[in-house]
Amino acid sequence: MASSMLSLGSTSLLPREVNKDKLKLGTSGSNPFLKAKSFSRVTMTVAVKPSRFEGITMAPPDPILGVSEAFKADTNELKLNLGVGAYRTEELQPYVLNVVKKAENLMLERGDNKEYLPIEGLAAFNKATAELLFGAGHPVIKEQKVATIQGLSGTGSLRLAAALIERYFPGAKVLISAPTWGNHKNIFNDAKVPWSEYRYYDPKTIGLDFEGMIADIKEAPEGSFILLHGCAHNPTGIDPTPEQWVKIADVIQEKNHIPFFDVAYQGFASGSLDEDAASVRLFADRGMEFFVAQSYSKNLGLYAERIGAINVVCSSADAATRVKSQLKRIARPMYSNPPVHGARIVANVVGDAAMFGEWKAEMEMMAGRIKTVRQKLYDSLVSKDKSGKDWSFILKQIGMFSFTGLNKAQSDNMTNKWHVYMTKDGRISLAGLSLAKCEYLADAIIDSYHNVS
Amino acid sequence: MAMAMTIRNAASRRAMNPISADFSLRSMSSWWKNVEPAPKDPILGVTEAFLADPSPDKVNVGVGAYRDDNGKPVVLECVREAERRIAGSSFMEYLPMGGSVKMVEETLKLAYGDDSEFIKDKRIAAVQALSGTGACRLFADFQKRFCPGSQIYIPVPTWSNHHNIWRDADVPQKTYHYYHPETKGLNFSGLMDDVKNAPEGSFFLLHACAHNPTGVDPTDEQWREISQLFKAKKHFAFFDMAYQGFASGDPARDAKSIRIFLEDGHHIGISQSYAKNMGLYGQRVGCLSVLCEDEKQAVTVKSQLQQLARPMYSNPPLHGAQIVSTILGDPELKSLWLKEVKIMADRIIGMRTTLRESLEKLGSPLSWEHVTKQIGMFCYSGLTPKQVDRLTSEYHIYMTRNGRISMAGVTTGNVGYLANAIHEVTKSS
Repeated sequence: MASSMLSLGSTSLLPREVNKDKLKLGTSGSNPFLKAKSFSRVTMTVAVKPSRFEGITMAPPDPILGVSEAFKADTNELKLNLGVGAYRTEELQPYVLNVVKKAENLMLERGDNKEYLPIEGLAAFNKATAELLFGAGHPVIKEQKVATIQGLSGTGSLRLAAALIERYFPGAKVLISAPTWGNHKNIFNDAKVPWSEYRYYDPKTIGLDFEGMIADIKEAPEGSFILLHGCAHNPTGIDPTPEQWVKIADVIQEKNHIPFFDVAYQGFASGSLDEDAASVRLFADRGMEFFVAQSYSKNLGLYAERIGAINVVCSSADAATRVKSQLKRIARPMYSNPPVHGARIVANVVGDAAMFGEWKAEMEMMAGRIKTVRQKLYDSLVSKDKSGKDWSFILKQIGMFSFTGLNKAQSDNMTNKWHVYMTKDGRISLAGLSLAKCEYLADAIIDSYHNVS
Repeated sequence: MAMAMTIRNAASRRAMNPISADFSLRSMSSWWKNVEPAPKDPILGVTEAFLADPSPDKVNVGVGAYRDDNGKPVVLECVREAERRIAGSSFMEYLPMGGSVKMVEETLKLAYGDDSEFIKDKRIAAVQALSGTGACRLFADFQKRFCPGSQIYIPVPTWSNHHNIWRDADVPQKTYHYYHPETKGLNFSGLMDDVKNAPEGSFFLLHACAHNPTGVDPTDEQWREISQLFKAKKHFAFFDMAYQGFASGDPARDAKSIRIFLEDGHHIGISQSYAKNMGLYGQRVGCLSVLCEDEKQAVTVKSQLQQLARPMYSNPPLHGAQIVSTILGDPELKSLWLKEVKIMADRIIGMRTTLRESLEKLGSPLSWEHVTKQIGMFCYSGLTPKQVDRLTSEYHIYMTRNGRISMAGVTTGNVGYLANAIHEVTKSS
């Protein structure tokens, strides 16, 4: 290195430049190249100006993903991870669906290549996912009114839609439920789409504040986007009834709003893919234009492969074509084209009648286990808690999560005293609960609820 | 507003009879009236057009995806073996936001060196990213957030998506001279002038090796001079390294520019991709790294990179990362990979020679020296858009309109046809 620096000394440009800038290399003022031999890495580090990243502070831990990290660090054997929404078996092990393993083996045998997907993703996947959501015979599918592109699971699909909103509806607001999945606001913030909340969760009933929800949607400026959870609301587990969905659709149409569904749990809520799509299909039946983001993280257990889709239901095939082209234009500078592996798995599973049937069975099993666990938790709470508190909300809620009604201090007690890891909003993931642990959890909840304020 | 009235009336009708919903809305204008069809992507659009062409003679030398001598996509043997090993894995949980730790560790070794002191000292903030695109985009967003007044200097020409990336990240762009059309080589003095004239502390995008689209790389000596000037100007060097191993056939050799900058004490950023060198195109696996002052700062910067990734895709996909760490973590597989990369690079170098010789044999009036001087997947042929259009319409040869030929698409089977076609459209120039 010393010799190469000395040889550069003969280049007319550099020593003059260096002296002009008074770059302090070694001792001040002298020819830096004479000091070359004494250059150690340490000297150069000290001499180079302070990092331009000096002012950067540590980002806060993610409130959801950070929980798992804290859980991992806990050495207590009673610990229970009810943080992130990832399905666990009764033995509290992660679960790769049999049908997924089958699909992967098929893919391995076939020796599929690894070429780039088109920007919009795998065509077979896009077709399958839209049909799964709306039903293959639905007019919006038959009339090609849906712009579908493969996205990076739910997050990525939401982000594409948010970017489209920012670009084509500048100033328009998105209304998100209070509460909602923590990452929703990050997505809209980073996409620079303003948002506000509509009332949703009623702590008094540990149920839906339907009046508040309708009032807030009504009050929003005309043409706002309304973010709705298709089923199995995250984090509360509280879904509108079918009658309430009709009223929600009414008020959205009345105010000329655009519905924006986040469907992360199709099949996982009731166990039935069709039943869980009812809210979305209601809106599609009405001929409305709207967005739907989908994810296969939970229902096919494909968390890590980041597979989902953004669907934009338009009033014409022409509009759908144009919208699709603009979604592609947003995706290209984000990641060029989406990852192929998860898309192929979904396409294979949905495209084969036998595998599709197997999938439905496995999903019923997963949703069934959660329902069983809900029941056991409820029974444990009722038998152990003598205060007469109504715990039935546990049974009324649906999907992976339960909103316990515990506040932050109480949730902290769950963690600090009982080593039960959950998010600070009082959300527990029942997918991480086994029948065997229900009684322990009931004890923890009862203690936190009654003895901590 | 007329639209609102129509909708309100329609809504009340619908509430009473949901089934008749769609009829009243057929006449409603769409929310998407003002959405124009987006222009076709200049690179990916070429493949779309190629696929739609029914001609049996068609040749695709558009997108930079490696083909074997039969023109077929290749899945590396080391990749197949890695997949066999991970098949039936019981792990499909979310990766951390920063991706696979193992994959990132191995990837940093490739760029910074197996024994890099920066790795030992934990001074590198690194996250798994969605291939090279995703790594560049994360960096662009990071630059925007933490150096908000800054601009990015981009070479002319560059991969077209670079412009899209920094634009969507809202970072203003400037350009610097790079390609010299007269010599079909590097405009070194133009480059150095632009580096000198840029305001102190500017951000520069550099292609570490195998420049896309020109195939023109600085020599080691030139890199050293660039590095020195960067030091004097306190510029930030961001390297896009999408072709490590693919340029010369030797990954260590291809990382030389980066190593020069590291030796000179720069705190650089790097985007790495496994799309080409491991043939993992569709898996979207890559890495973004930023060399920091110390471990503490690296932890901080990494936390902020994760913060940017979370609202974009939460965490990166697993499969490709597993393939990479399986291969690089196993000495036998890694050595197989290195062999296979060399084979790919050698085939391209061979095709360059053959193409040049064929053109010279045809008696072309032009010099085709640049075909063998340039390096990597692409040859910047010097063909004009008009000539490219003729190649497509008359000969069914598909390439991007800047005259970039993906040498990876050239085979012993089509090189003669290609040379002939190029000769035909250029012989009168």
